[in-house]
Amino acid sequence: MADTAPIAAAPLTTADGRPLAEALVAAQARSRRRAFLLVVPLLLFVILSFILPIGQMLHRSIYHDGFSSNAPSVSAWFAANPQGTEPDEAAFAALVEDLRTMQANRTAGEAGTRINYVLPESRSLFTKAAREAKDLQPPYREAFLALDPKWGDPVLWEAMRASASPYTFDFYIVATDFERAGDGSIVRVTENRQIYVYLFIKTFLLSGLITLICLVIGFPVAHLLATLPMAKANLLMILVLLPFWTSLLVRTTSWMALLQGEGVINDLLVWIGAISQEGRLRMINNQTGTIIVMTHILLPFMILPLYSVMKVIPPSYARAARSLGATSWTTFRRIYLPQTLPGIGAGALLVFILAVGYYITPALVGGADGQLISNLIDFHMDKSNWSLAAALSAMLLVGVLVLYWLYDRLIGIDNLKLG
Amino acid sequence: MAVTAGTDTFVEFDRVQKSYDGETLVVKELNLTIAKGEFLTMLGPSGSGKTTCLMMLAGFETATSGDIRLAGRPINQVPPHKRGIGMVFQNYALFPHMTVGENLSFPLEVRGLAKAEREVKIARALDMVQMGAFISRRPSQLSGGQQQRIALARALVFDPALVLMDEPLGALDKQLREHMQFEIKHLHESLGITVVYVTHDQGEALTMSDRIAVFNDGRIQQLAPPSDLYERPENSFVASFIGENNKLQGTIKELSGDKALVRLPTGELIDATAVNVKEKGARTLVSIRPERVEFKPEMMPPGAHTLDAEVVEVIYMGDILRTVLKVAGSDDFVMKMRNTLGQTRLAPGQKIKVGWHPQDARALDP
Repeated sequence: MADTAPIAAAPLTTADGRPLAEALVAAQARSRRRAFLLVVPLLLFVILSFILPIGQMLHRSIYHDGFSSNAPSVSAWFAANPQGTEPDEAAFAALVEDLRTMQANRTAGEAGTRINYVLPESRSLFTKAAREAKDLQPPYREAFLALDPKWGDPVLWEAMRASASPYTFDFYIVATDFERAGDGSIVRVTENRQIYVYLFIKTFLLSGLITLICLVIGFPVAHLLATLPMAKANLLMILVLLPFWTSLLVRTTSWMALLQGEGVINDLLVWIGAISQEGRLRMINNQTGTIIVMTHILLPFMILPLYSVMKVIPPSYARAARSLGATSWTTFRRIYLPQTLPGIGAGALLVFILAVGYYITPALVGGADGQLISNLIDFHMDKSNWSLAAALSAMLLVGVLVLYWLYDRLIGIDNLKLG
Repeated sequence: MAVTAGTDTFVEFDRVQKSYDGETLVVKELNLTIAKGEFLTMLGPSGSGKTTCLMMLAGFETATSGDIRLAGRPINQVPPHKRGIGMVFQNYALFPHMTVGENLSFPLEVRGLAKAEREVKIARALDMVQMGAFISRRPSQLSGGQQQRIALARALVFDPALVLMDEPLGALDKQLREHMQFEIKHLHESLGITVVYVTHDQGEALTMSDRIAVFNDGRIQQLAPPSDLYERPENSFVASFIGENNKLQGTIKELSGDKALVRLPTGELIDATAVNVKEKGARTLVSIRPERVEFKPEMMPPGAHTLDAEVVEVIYMGDILRTVLKVAGSDDFVMKMRNTLGQTRLAPGQKIKVGWHPQDARALDP
């Protein structure tokens, strides 16, 4: 329109003089609104069924008001006296007052349970004292010690101090095999009570091993699937997907039938003379069983992403490499393998994350030493120690997120190909 | 049918047969020798066996029977990576996870060349295709034509004596394709390499090749230089596959030497050159190129037989006027006239007489 060239700094406008950026937003607003409405149901579903529960779980892992809400007087004493103060007569008087209220409200068990989480065998201490509270006479300190000498234990008083606030890291302390000592410092628990860290490490190692086995077994299968003629590939695909179409319990039970001491595989090995009648292999209700059955269940999650990546690698790449003078091994290592990396990454991430949180299979075939961290989380939920279960879950979540971050740094998440 | 090359033989197919399913032959007894430095094109419709022949030469398919020799050495049992043959693929097959430089470096690395030597060769190969500035790009950042050049450079970087090309220009647009044809031809001449080129594009084959092997039905139908192939097709498949052709059915009325008089179904007589007809009375297919058809009596040889024709339509194509005629019962007889200044303009419905030099009408197998 205008003969002069537009000045670089002047903002562009539409023909009727509105700023261009504004006009663009206005023009697209309607379709944006419509697109947003389409995703609203999913958004609501995700918020309600995913974000909220996870937030609640994270909150529960640092929040427990079982003691603080039922023992306001003791909590007030803790607030007034700094850490390390010997519990004096006023402290015991406040305790009696709280215990009498608890007895009236029948909440002594609730408060005791909170202390019990960090200091086992404390619950009965509280219920018993609450029952006796109305008969206690001053001086209360002596009266309590007469009731149970444990009331003089500084560790107990430290546990009560920590519980006096509803917000606490106690459950993370327990979940990492630490405890509070009498002077308020945090120390490792004795060796025979260290279970969580060991189980975390074991869970991650076993998941890594299962991922590796899945990769080693799944890679050739995926390659076959991608290169076989249609009819044969379809048949193979059905075999790969068959586990998906079978109930998890049915599969697990059939593995029991196969692997147990008097099972099919052991019978076969004895029959061909590979092992003796006495030397029957233990392949179920232990770690071996967990590995075998979980590998079987998770294998499709490795094969399918690999297959989807391999399917689109034209055979001409391998041919080109061969014609350029590469041996078949070099061709595989330098041409084929790097191109399957997005599939390997996706499959490994999928299998690993599923394995880390796997629960039902270890519970059914894991026996004593084949249990994973999820089984312990389940155990604590059964025992109504939801906060500890939540703390363990949160640590699992963080562990997975850290691995995810590492994966992103090393391989790049945009290289992921899930199918 | 195998034409022996004048100079020393470099590649030799000796009674090669290939079957994939054990029931049908994809390649039926192929005999072919390729001279050193020759540009040979395998031309044919899809499924004619030309690509199979190339794959057997590259080592990706094994010959079911017969021998393939490279520089006198049988290579049936030699794996592809030991044949030292450069190859350019239809989809270029540039490794997507490597840069252009790494792609070119690959054949040199697997041959154990030192880094300094590799760099010299890579730079030389890239300069050869004018792509020196693109050494650190990824293939996905290049256009089709650029990828084509890189593929070419990669096939040449390790100095192979023989380069195979499997429809390398198929994915390019027409202008770029014509330009690349010229460049490949130029590279072939300056490097002195032997090239075996597979295509289904006859124009490409005609412009680039020293010799063309026309494949059909697993056999070489004709092996000849481009001009021979176009002007002197030896059978009706080649005549109809290469270029546009008018075909007239008929029977041989008289046969003396290579001169034949053919009677058309409408009873008219035409002159033709006998190519692969054996005897009087045999059925034949006479083929005449549209640009060799004449309608001005002064352009025809004296005494030539002429046919009555009626103009059906004239299509203006710029450089030529494509005239469709009704001749001897067929109404898709084509005559091409050069669009010169004084050219006679024909109108539909106009009655004319058409004729040709007898050597331009070739009496072939029916």
